[in-house]
Amino acid sequence: MGAKYFGASVPRKEDERFLVGDARYVDDITLAGMHHAAFLRSPHGHARVRAVDVSAAASLPGVRGVFTYDSFARWMKPLALFGAVPPRLAERVAITVKNVPQYPMARDTVRYVGEIVAMVVADNRHLAENALDAIEVDYEPLPPLVDMVDAAEPSAPVLHPEWGDNVAVAFKNTLGDPDRALAGADVTVRERFHVQRYVGMPIEMRGVVAEYDRRAGALTTWNNTQVPHFLQQGLANTFELPTHKVRVVAPDVGGGFGTKANGYAEDVLVPLAARELGRPVKWTEDRREHFMAAAHARHQTHDVEIGATRDGTIVGIKDRIWVDLGAYNSWGIVLPYNSVAHLLGPYRVTNLFVDVTAVVTNKMPNAPYRGAGRPEVVFAIERAVDCLAHELGIDPADVRRRNFIRADELPYEIDMPYRDGNPLVYDSGDFPATLEAALAQVDYDAFRAEQPRLRARGIYRGIGMAAYVEGTAVGPYESASVRVDLSGRVVVATGAASQGQGHETTFAQVAADALGVPLDWVTVVGGDTDAVPFGVGTYASRSAVTAGNSLHDAATEVRGKLVDAAAKLLEVAPDDVVLEEGQISIRGVADSALPLGKLVQASLPTFAAPGVAPPRFEAEAFHHVPTVTYTNAVHVAAVEVDPGTGLTKILRYVVAHDCGNVINPRIVDGQIHGGVAQGIGGALFEDLVFDDQAQLLTGSFLDYLVPTSMEIPTIENVHLHTPSPRNPLGMKGVGEGGAISPPAAVANAIEDALAPWGVRITATPVSPARIVGLLAARERERARVHA
Amino acid sequence: MKPAPFRYAAPTTVPQALELLAQHGDEAKLLAGGQSLLPLMNFRLARPSVVIDINRIAELAGIQQDAGVLRVGATTRQAALARWAADQPGWELLRAALGFVGHDAIRTRGTIGGNIAHADPASELPALLLCLDGSVLACGPRGEREVPARELFWGPLTTSIQPDELVTEVRFPSPGSGAGWGFEEVSRRHGDYALAGVAALVACDPDGRVLDSRLALFGVGDTPLRATDAEQALRGREPTRAAIDEAARLVGPALDPHADLHADADYRRSVAGVLAARALAGAVSRCEDGRVGATQR
Ligand SMILES: Cc1cc2nc3c(=O)[nH]c(=O)nc-3n(C[C@H](O)[C@H](O)[C@H](O)COP(=O)(O)OP(=O)(O)OC[C@H]3O[C@@H](n4cnc5c(N)ncnc54)[C@H](O)[C@@H]3O)c2cc1C
Repeated sequence: MGAKYFGASVPRKEDERFLVGDARYVDDITLAGMHHAAFLRSPHGHARVRAVDVSAAASLPGVRGVFTYDSFARWMKPLALFGAVPPRLAERVAITVKNVPQYPMARDTVRYVGEIVAMVVADNRHLAENALDAIEVDYEPLPPLVDMVDAAEPSAPVLHPEWGDNVAVAFKNTLGDPDRALAGADVTVRERFHVQRYVGMPIEMRGVVAEYDRRAGALTTWNNTQVPHFLQQGLANTFELPTHKVRVVAPDVGGGFGTKANGYAEDVLVPLAARELGRPVKWTEDRREHFMAAAHARHQTHDVEIGATRDGTIVGIKDRIWVDLGAYNSWGIVLPYNSVAHLLGPYRVTNLFVDVTAVVTNKMPNAPYRGAGRPEVVFAIERAVDCLAHELGIDPADVRRRNFIRADELPYEIDMPYRDGNPLVYDSGDFPATLEAALAQVDYDAFRAEQPRLRARGIYRGIGMAAYVEGTAVGPYESASVRVDLSGRVVVATGAASQGQGHETTFAQVAADALGVPLDWVTVVGGDTDAVPFGVGTYASRSAVTAGNSLHDAATEVRGKLVDAAAKLLEVAPDDVVLEEGQISIRGVADSALPLGKLVQASLPTFAAPGVAPPRFEAEAFHHVPTVTYTNAVHVAAVEVDPGTGLTKILRYVVAHDCGNVINPRIVDGQIHGGVAQGIGGALFEDLVFDDQAQLLTGSFLDYLVPTSMEIPTIENVHLHTPSPRNPLGMKGVGEGGAISPPAAVANAIEDALAPWGVRITATPVSPARIVGLLAARERERARVHA
Repeated sequence: MKPAPFRYAAPTTVPQALELLAQHGDEAKLLAGGQSLLPLMNFRLARPSVVIDINRIAELAGIQQDAGVLRVGATTRQAALARWAADQPGWELLRAALGFVGHDAIRTRGTIGGNIAHADPASELPALLLCLDGSVLACGPRGEREVPARELFWGPLTTSIQPDELVTEVRFPSPGSGAGWGFEEVSRRHGDYALAGVAALVACDPDGRVLDSRLALFGVGDTPLRATDAEQALRGREPTRAAIDEAARLVGPALDPHADLHADADYRRSVAGVLAARALAGAVSRCEDGRVGATQR
């Protein structure tokens, strides 16, 4: 393979259509005779539904149908569940997982604000929403579960009676002898850390259009899902149809972040209504609905104990973890186990105890969001390491230098299975080098030298770092097919649909190199189950590695076929065929060049002769990816805090990272920038707040604050490249990483800036009010001491 | 997020608008820039049965300076006033305040009259109007009346303008040459409504003593407020750092701010004092005869 495009920052092929407004999102799809759906959602966190009266709504002008659970009872099947315990993990760790079916509409009880109680289909959305106003529901409020730690108590009211308690996932794990190690530590720190509930806010919210063809007995749905093939299976199941009678199309998608990788009620209800009414139906989620009823994320509490010897060597860690799953356990072990598998990150710590309790509460169910359990644990551990450094009187950078696993220790095994049941073995990277690269970029020593001088002038600056090692590119495979058409141009199709990641460019780069054609000869299609028979989807920082390697396999196979055919056409040995820039030629014979299209055409039979070779210039590959590859990074934030107002300004933000070989550096930069912006959102702004009745208080962008370009600093990336030995292209995933470290790095920096007060930042988002509150409490304490 | 059904009217003269208001009373809502009204309607928190769009009343838009008073027509866009103020000496405080109102896109639609009439307690312009001792002109079935800012703001989103009245003009008296200004605001993000904010004006006599000091607060009460104790404390004194701090310390304790998701009451109280000190110091440093800038910094 010649690497002409691999590694080059070629401009994104898809951008022009996005920038000029030619993209086609689900909401752009309009079908003849289409109706519009709106959903009546529970205003209560927890209530019994005693009666629903839809009669007034059903008789309003323009209303075509009003549906409740009973209307579709025959087809109400539980929504998809993910995150079962793989057998090889079960052998090593005893994990309790409890589930109850969640139906697309509430039957007799609502368990979170936003749960669907009824559906209206009308001639347009206005009329549908008017009809929602006319539906009468008799609710009997039930006691709500709000706080995750309280919900885990045996005395708490039980959300799903069949469980006996609210614990959905529980397990413990021990490495080494943490009790003894911590008893022997010179210094220990104990602290409770809390990461709030927050989630991705794609500009394009969810959307579904569905059309049922009664003649063919087939369903087509346009849905901006990240996982078209999962959805296809789910719908085939619900509708009791063979898979090929269900077509799922994810057209242009405006952001996913995990939020669009769930099985949602609306995915099923819109197609059911379309079949029932014999008309296409559209539903476009509005932002209010998105806040209530698109998956939430994060939300963990950690009681950390960490100990070290005087020289800063960390001897052991204990972490009691609570995860707030919301009302249903949709994702099984995924979030809690991700947190545990990533707890140690780059640290060489052999004594560990974790005790994990994932509980249900009266909130929208939780799901993986960019980082999926990692940002939470990185916040807890990287904050704890800084507290430890403070207690030790050692610079936080030096504590990390002392404890990071060295490059010569890799491959490095942590004595627990990864979530997929395979051994947890770091495959590649140089964690200390990443740390030093980040510190050099920010000029750490200069910052430290200047810090006291500025402090003396009343300017409070701080610097904080946070590292992670991330298992990326979850397998077990992704599909890719490559086909050369009659003009010699190339169509690549993959199950890894794009939500904006630039697949049309990066996959074209891989294919163009492997085949030997110009980049703009390659068209990448994804997100259509008719174009791609099998597939998995885009999530878990997986597509470059899983689809990229499949694509490389398939393209290499097609190249072989092209070269064989060319050898016949040119009447030379295959070794003497050159395929470059879309031209075939005889090695060393300049004027023998023919465009690829001529070769394809020569392979088709004519009246005079059969083709030179079978015209099947296509291949499909399913590269096996049994386990993850490990990307690592160190983020450094430098901030200035105004103690009078509590405002934090981020002065510098540096990311040093190693995701192995890179297809397109600019796209990698973009992925990191977007992730960091979301991470800064979590660090300083975003918070899904519920009151003590489990009422969602942040139902609009007036209250839920997403950082704008004004709040995001320039992000400086330093790229390190240690190829993964686990795949032929040597790549590691990078989609999520940007979002993992910012809460920890920014909180560490803020605490450092406020060192003269000696306050501890234990929770995000670190709002101005929280900072001023901490400082005021400290001043009061001091006044008491002096009094 | 679609509004409840409503009827729409678009009068082209003030009398027509008043006629419609008289006819529909409480059922009607005036539509100016729509930046506050339409979100409320889309959430169905406001459900007017008639929307009276005043954007086509030509006489309602315009900016005039008249004997030291800036007369701004109610439907003048915030962006238009900001453009006007950009190069007008003496109106730096107005320019500074407008810079904190939302974002360009909001200011391009949002109007001066709508902003004042909406009377959000965290809004900049109502506080500015109060700081400048300005007023609005209101027209109704009982004729036209001038309402001073002090009598205008009754509570959150509540003013003394009656449902059958229309604000036609907002009047900002000039701060006066020689007066120094200060404007400070804290919001969670750029362009957000204020958690707390302060507009200050200070005028000094030739000896460098404070002749007049004005301090208007927003985001820290049910309405914009004047910090009269602090104003009083500075008058007649030399505006040293210590004098300013002393005055600013009077601000917080006099407040009874609300708590919301973004900040508790203690925060607002404490930050109002911090911002008051900064705004006053800024004002003194810009004041013709002020001394803080020269000696205390
Ligand atoms: C994202 C965003 C951020 C914002 N940030 C800020 C901010 O930081 N600071 C700030 O001050 N504002 C902010 N705003 C509000 C903005 O300034 C609004 O434009 C303003 O508050 C209302 O003006 P309008 O012309 O849009 O009025 P409309 O929304 O049309 O009307 C608002 C109310 O005033 C009434 N009304 C309008 N005109 C008149 C009149 N002539 N006579 C009597 N009643 C009238 C209406 O009936 C309605 O009740 C923000 C808005 C948004 C959407």
